[in-house]
Parts: sequence; C-alpha cells; structure tokens
Amino acid sequence: MMSDQPLIGQPISRLEGHLKVTGTAKYAGEYNVPGLLYGYVINSTITKGKISSINTKIAKALPGVIEVFTHENRPSLAWFDMQYSDMDAPPGSPFRPLHTADIKYNGQPIALVVAETFELARYAASCVEIKYTEEPFSTDLKENIDKARAPQPGLATFLKPLPPKPKGDFEKAYNDSFAKASGEFYHGTEHHNPLELFSTTTIYEGQGKLTIYDKTQGTINSQLYVGNIFGLHFKDVRVIAPYVGGGFGSGLRPQYQLFLSVMAALELKRPVRVTLERNQMYTFGHRPPTIQNTRFGADANGKITALNHSAIAETSQFEDYTEVVVNWSNMLYPAENTLMEYKLVPLDVYSPLDMRAPGGSTGSHAIESTMDELAYKLNIDPIELRLINYAETDTSVGRPYSSKELRQCFIQGAEKFGWSNRNPEPRSMRRGNKLVGYGMATGIWESMQLPARAEAILTKEGKLLVSSAVTDIGTGTLTVMTQIAADELGLPLADVTFSYGDSKMPFAPIQGGSFTVSTVGSAIKAAGKALRKKLFKKAKDIKNSPLKGTDLEDVVFKNGDIISKNNPALRVSFQDILALNKGAIKTTNTSLPKAFKLKKYSRAAHSAAFVEVEVDEQLGVVTVTRSLTAVAAGNIINPKTARSQILGGMVWGISKALREETITDYKLGKYMNQNLAEYHIPVHADLHDMDVIFVEEKDEIINELGSKGVGEIGIVGMPPAIANAIFHATGKRINQFPIHFDSLL
Amino acid sequence: MNNFNYTKAQNVEEAISLIRATEGSQFVAGGTNLIDLLKYNITQVDALVDVNHIAGYHTIEENQENGLRLGALVTNADTAYHPLIEERYPVLSKAILAGASAQIRNMATNGGNLLQRTRCYYFYDVHTPCNKREPGSGCSAIKGYNRIMAIMGTSESCIAVFPSDMCVALAALDAVVHISGPEGERSLAFADFHRLPGDTPYLDNNLEYGEIITSIDLPAKGFSTNYSYLKLRDRSSYAFALVSVATGLELEGDLIKVARIALGGLAHKPWRVKEAEDFLRDKTPTVENFAVAADIILQGAKVYQYNSFKVELAKRAIIRNGIMALHPESQLPGAQPSA
Repeated sequence: MMSDQPLIGQPISRLEGHLKVTGTAKYAGEYNVPGLLYGYVINSTITKGKISSINTKIAKALPGVIEVFTHENRPSLAWFDMQYSDMDAPPGSPFRPLHTADIKYNGQPIALVVAETFELARYAASCVEIKYTEEPFSTDLKENIDKARAPQPGLATFLKPLPPKPKGDFEKAYNDSFAKASGEFYHGTEHHNPLELFSTTTIYEGQGKLTIYDKTQGTINSQLYVGNIFGLHFKDVRVIAPYVGGGFGSGLRPQYQLFLSVMAALELKRPVRVTLERNQMYTFGHRPPTIQNTRFGADANGKITALNHSAIAETSQFEDYTEVVVNWSNMLYPAENTLMEYKLVPLDVYSPLDMRAPGGSTGSHAIESTMDELAYKLNIDPIELRLINYAETDTSVGRPYSSKELRQCFIQGAEKFGWSNRNPEPRSMRRGNKLVGYGMATGIWESMQLPARAEAILTKEGKLLVSSAVTDIGTGTLTVMTQIAADELGLPLADVTFSYGDSKMPFAPIQGGSFTVSTVGSAIKAAGKALRKKLFKKAKDIKNSPLKGTDLEDVVFKNGDIISKNNPALRVSFQDILALNKGAIKTTNTSLPKAFKLKKYSRAAHSAAFVEVEVDEQLGVVTVTRSLTAVAAGNIINPKTARSQILGGMVWGISKALREETITDYKLGKYMNQNLAEYHIPVHADLHDMDVIFVEEKDEIINELGSKGVGEIGIVGMPPAIANAIFHATGKRINQFPIHFDSLL
Repeated sequence: MNNFNYTKAQNVEEAISLIRATEGSQFVAGGTNLIDLLKYNITQVDALVDVNHIAGYHTIEENQENGLRLGALVTNADTAYHPLIEERYPVLSKAILAGASAQIRNMATNGGNLLQRTRCYYFYDVHTPCNKREPGSGCSAIKGYNRIMAIMGTSESCIAVFPSDMCVALAALDAVVHISGPEGERSLAFADFHRLPGDTPYLDNNLEYGEIITSIDLPAKGFSTNYSYLKLRDRSSYAFALVSVATGLELEGDLIKVARIALGGLAHKPWRVKEAEDFLRDKTPTVENFAVAADIILQGAKVYQYNSFKVELAKRAIIRNGIMALHPESQLPGAQPSA
C-alpha cells in the first residue's frame, strides 16, 4: 500500500466525499435529540426606528408554543461591547440581538418564537403583532459619498492593513505621464449564499454546560463568544462543526442564530435549534458596495510612473468594516508616485462581512481593467505591459517577496491558453454573429499565517490520531491535514485519523483568508515532528536499541518503522516502542509564525487569469467559452482539492462579473431578491471549458510546508479578465458589476 | 404559513364542490408555485383541494380538430418530451424546456403553468405595498427596482410580468383552454385567458372562483417546419425571461403565409399584436420585414427607470427569432441563439 512517494503533492480525493454525496454527513441543523425545541426568528420589517410595541399574547397562547423572546423579556446579559466581540469583529460596537427596541437595519432579528415544531414556531411568528416608530434612513452608497470618512483603526487592521502612505508626487507624475488610463468602478452588495442554511442546535446538558452544533468557520470563535456573553466557563461550552456546507466568509463571525439558540436553551433548560431560512441569510453580513476610482500614468516605454487608486465602501452605523481594496497595485507595479485612499460611508445596514477574497476581488477589477486600458493607450500587449512593470520586490512597503513565480504564470498560462492567437484590435475576432474577445488579468492575495495548536497521538495499535479545533468548510482541510500528518510520521493514509471541528480540541483560529493550510498545517506538522522526536528518543531508549548512537537526521520513518538511512537493517518498529510504553504516546504542539523573519518579506500568492468570451453582436448575451488560471501558490499539498478551490473561485469570478447582485431598493432600505431563484449565481449552462495550472514555486521562508493557500486566489483575477475580454470583443468597457447583457446592446 | 385543511378530490365535480364548501380554498396540483406562496405567507388558504388524483386528465391525445388535447394534469416535462408534441408542436416543447429547472418541470402541471403568479420582487415581499397581493396598498415596482417589469399593457396600479414560458408558445399556437365550473363547462381562447392588470391587478386571469382548468387544446397548425423560441435572461438557465419570443411561420415559396409572434417578459400576459402578424403576410422573411413587425409590436411601450432596454432588446429578439425560425435545426437544447 505504502509507496515511497510522500503523500504531500498527491491528488487524493476528499476523505469525507462519500459521506457528503450520500447525504450521510450530518450538519449543524441535523442533530436531533429528544425534546428538541425549534426557534423561528422574527425580523424587523422597517429599516430604522424603534419597536413601539410587540404583542406576543396570541402567539404564546397557541398550544405547543413555549416562549417568545423579545428585547422586553430576554435575560440579562453581558454589558460590555468587548464581550460581544469575536475573532473577525471590526472596530466598533458589535450588534447585540434583542438588546433594545432600536432598529438599526432592515431584517434585524427582533424576536425568537420557540415551539414544539418548526412549522408551529413559523406560524406563531406570523401571529406576533409588532408596531414600529419609523425614522429616516440611508442605504444608498452612491447618494452618500459626501459622508465618506477615514476608517477607525483597530485589531482587525492587523490582518487588513489600511492603505500605505502616498509616495512621491502623484499628481505631478500623472500629469507628466505619456499615457494615462483612468476609470470609475462600481460593485454592488453581494451575499455569501452558502448552500447550508445557518443553523445552531444547542443541547442543554445541565449545570451550565452546553453542547452546541453550529454552522461556523471557527468553533473556538463561537465558544468564546457564547462564554463571554452568557457568562459561562469556556470549558463548559463545547462547539462542534463537523461538516460545514460552505462558508465563503459568512461563518467567520458568530451569527445571530447561535446567540438566540443558546439564549433559549439556557432560559428553557431544553435543547433548542434555530435554523434561518434562505431569506434570513440576507440579514447579516455581505460584501459591501464599493465605488473605486483609478488613474494610472506611464511613460512611452510602458513603465508605470504614477498610481492612484481610491475606494469608498459601505459600512454599518455601528462597526467600521474594512477590507484591503487599494493596497494591491503598488505590490504588483513598482511605480514611484502613488496615492492610495480608502474611505467608509456608514449606512443603515448590517456590518459588511469578509466574503471570498474580500477587497482583493474588488480592487483587482479596478486595477487590472485600468491596466488593460493602459495597454491599449500604449499599444502594448497586456501581458507585455505587466512584464515591463513586473515587481521583483514589493515596492509598496519596500520588501522582497518570499517567492514570486508570477512571470511563469504569464508564460505558461499564455502558452496553454493560446494568447498568441489574439488580434489586439477590439471587435476584430468573431465566430458567426458572435464577437470573440480574449482578456487577461493578474491576481494577488496575501499569504498569512496565524498561531495554532495541534495534538498528535500514536495509539497502542500504532495508529496516528491528530486533532485541531479547525473546521473544514468544504475546502478539503480534513484530507490535506491527514496527508501532512501521515508524511511526518511516514504512515499510510489509512493509519491516520484527523479529528477536527470541535472546540475541545487544540486551538485553531477562524478558517478564512486562505491561511488554514499554513496555520493549522504548520501546527500539525509541528505536532507530528514532536511526536517523531519523542518516538525516536523512546526507540533509542530500548535496551540494545539498534539505533543507539544514531541522530534523528539519520533515520527515516516509514510504514511504522524507524530506519537508519545508512544501514536499513538497523530499525525499530513503532510496535516495539509501544510494547514497552504500555499506552499511547502523545504530544501537543504550538506553531507560531516566525514573525521576525516573516516581517522582512512580503508574502503573496499570484495568478494570471485568461478568458475567452463570445458576445452576441445583436443581443449582447455573453458566454465565457474558455478560461484558464495559472497559479503560483507555493507547494501544493493536494493538487486535486487545490484545483477544486481554484475552479470554484473561477466560477465565482464569472458570477461576480456577469451574474450575482443583491438588489437593493433604497426607498425601502431593503434587499429585494433574497432567494436563490432571483439571486443569480452561475448554473451549469453558464460554465464551459475551464482549466487550472499550478506553476512550480519554491518558498523556504513562508512556512515549513512552503505552502501559501489557495482559497481566494482563484477568484481574484477572473472578473477583470472577463471585463477585459468583453472590451476586446465589443470595444465597450463596462465598469459596473455585474455586467448585464443589455448594457452591450 | 397558516394551518389549513387538505383534501383529495376524486373527480372534477367533487373538486369543485370541495372548493365551494370552504371559502378561501384553492386547488393544488404540482404545487411548484403555490407551496412557495403559502410558505412566504403571500397566499393564505383555508383549504387545499388536491386535484392530482382526478382520473382522465393525465394524457395527451388527438382531439377532433386534428390537433392535440393536453390534459391539465400532465406534467410540463412529460408534455415537452411527448413524441407528438416534439413532432407537431416543437415550439411548445422548446418553450417549456426553457423554463424553470428539470425538477420543477417534473412536478409542474400544464394547468398549473397557466396559473403561476408573477415573480415581481415586491409581490413576494409581504412587507412592501403591492396591489396584486394586497389590493389598494399601492405598487412598489413603478418607482422601485423595475428591471424585470412590464413595458406593455401596464397600468397605474401594476407593472408585473407574467412569468411563464410555456404560455408564450401556447399563445402563439392559438391554444384553447377548457374549463369546468359550478355552471358547467366552457372554453376560452388563449388570448382571453390571462388579463391585463388594469385596476384589478389581483386578478391574473378570467377563471371564476370554483372553476378548474381541465385541458388545453392545440389547433392543427403547429408550425413544426419553421419555428423558434428565444429566451433572453440574466443567466443561461433557471432564470425568468427579460424578453422571450415564440415565433411560428408558415411559408409558401419565399413568402410568409402565416406568422405568429408571441412575447414573454413584456406584459401581464403573453403579448401578441395582430397587426404585426398581418403585416408579415405575403412578405419575405427578412431582417427588414421582421424589423417592421417588431416596431409595430413595440408601439406604445411604456418604460420605467430600469427597464427601458426591453424595447430595443425585444425588437432585436423578434428579428433574431424570425431568422432562427427559418433554420429550426440550429436550435439544439440549451444552445445560445445563433445566426
């Protein structure tokens, strides 16, 4: 079974795949216990104001209705903002469900009906009479740009830095430049829409103890949140999320169904499940609408001399949600004169929330479409323009890259895509009555690493158990972590079990930002390494050990044996060690990013996206007929799951450029298409030939695995590549997403 | 969703008497739209009368006028894939398959397809004014986000669009709707079945309370040689039409003898304009002639803030679909429109 090849780098299928496709995998809303109660949330139907009265009498009188919780009868809870905070909380004052009669946004949860069945709870909810006093509100970013102001810094800006300071004299350099390109870009609100509905099942265990099945991207994040707000010992709060049906950022913060489920379970001392309906998934967190302006200037050789990128984004009235929109262009293009600005407009909406490649997928559209425009102004091929301005170091902060094989992405991507077949003239290529366009764009996403812990145990039977509290949001975390652990101890996959998604396991941060492999993978590797060391020591401690006098560097771990490299006859088996040890052997280890070393480098994954579109000349209908993304993301642990990540990102790129939008009625201050029939994400008929290349990239700095993470990079380059291809096909540059086909009539 | 009674009717007479026994009750067949409306609390019923088990309406058969009779309880999927429909009324097959999803078409019935409600965002949001849902409360769409709304036959009280694809083809085919009711049986020409909103937008059609659709007759003329259905929408499948066109042509030599052009996505009912079809008679099927017909059809269009594109889009769609009808073999399932 065991080959000599390491498991890292093998395209291993998801270990839990069969459970998911057969419906056997259980999600947070599927844990049934006797006596389970069902909560149904009532949401505000006004956008701003106060609840003047809330009458629950009729609802409460219905047989089978247990309680209706509102701001009037909720239990007394934690006082301070900080206690409502979480690992992804922006600076400000976190929203508190059922806190007061104040309404801050449309869809705000204002009551929880708890009943013996879901259907009864839902019906009872329609019997609750609520009267409001309405106040004027603003939800339209475009109408309120005069209110733009700088964001307040906070803990969140550690991972999401505010724009770098201006360099040189942008205005002068831009005015003096040989070629200029500029644009205004608008992106509307988008919602994450994971397939799994948000749900929490809280099981009241007695004596202040809770077991909570939660849809989340961070079990410990939910555990700390619940402990802080409800004044429980952390050890008494166990949060489990074994399977997560998609997150995309929506589970990075504890959502209100968790709060309401726990509150009801504690008050009623019974198990309570709260599942949100699809339309309620539009009442927390979204990608914020953003207006961007760019001005790029270049000399006659195509060298970019001046970069200006400004963004104005929406936030809520209670938190300053920020994302990195404008920091990227100078990381990619080493201009001497830069001006990057990022401002917020607080509106009467819920706080925005990280959504796949937050900021990056927004900013890249403006940057890469402006680059495309500049290429036309200069009459230089778009790839050539990027090579002329290739940043060997990150000039935005003056640091080298830990590794950067973007050039290879351009070369290999262009070759496989057939970029050389492109006639640079817009509207010059066609098939029948379809205009054909080729477009490309660069993608970039920062590679971060956070601290994490992991445990590794060699059981009496010689099996390896590793664990971490991290979730698997469908990305392949279980499989990848199993591969890493197996390689560290030289065991076949079948002998390794990775346990995860449980807050009682060793600490892991929230799962997002493409940092799970580098963060948790490093912790697993460290725990494995520690176990390796321990086993080797025990092997040497055996009486007359064949490995006496050997160093750890001089042995290999293979198939349950520790073998001398110099003389393979000299070996000690795990069984020999375990026989003497009388029990399992266990290590727990913490992996901390090597902050001092890492600080000297900029660390990022890169990509080059290539797209072919067909645009119906008369009808405007756009089809993305071919797309290819070449990715440089360091060591790829599992090419199969990584490819799925990139493909998923590319599909989302098609969605962002051409399909999805949360339609807002600003007069009502609410979202109008809160369902999957009217919120358009791509269907199979929208997807055609798609391909992924991973270029080889060695990175000895970033972490011991040399891996950068691939969760976001797949989406970053696609939307501008599509917009650029549409320009090439039609000669029309549409800077508002999604590009409706009727804008091409 | 409120509690309601549920009964199964064994025959049409029983179904009608059950409906009349409880005021505020409704028939349910496939339920693909009605169940959503109940769950969203847009529609409240005191009783549902399940008509799925009524015998005699689950078949597609020849009628006495050399056409076909579609049982009201035949599913949309079974209709679309029925050999006689594919052979003699391919535009109907194509229109059905352009709508909804495979799963929904497997459940949805022919009778129910005629009775689906609009997909107007405001109709579906019970917390916004809507004259169709709550008469007299006002229309949120007229000054709201009206990209998907109507441009033909609108009124001050409603600009909603009827969403069916199947009905666009049925309109083009001059289908006849057979109805049973407390007063006996009657028939309505397809053009007379659906209503314009006027000042009664809560009435989608001319069915009286207690009446039930039993079958739909297709006349002999099926346009199986020259036909096309073109649907333009915000994604390639599972999205409602912004504009759709069903075209059937009967050619004699180089000349059009009969032209049928019905449009979806433009109005509160499938849209046909007799003058445009008359204009095309004895004309050659050219871009220029279809363009004139398109201009005639779109005369009197009234646009709103976000849907003015529909006028030009509809015109281009009419022209393209006319040309496509000359080459129906180019219309593979799911294919994008071609030359």
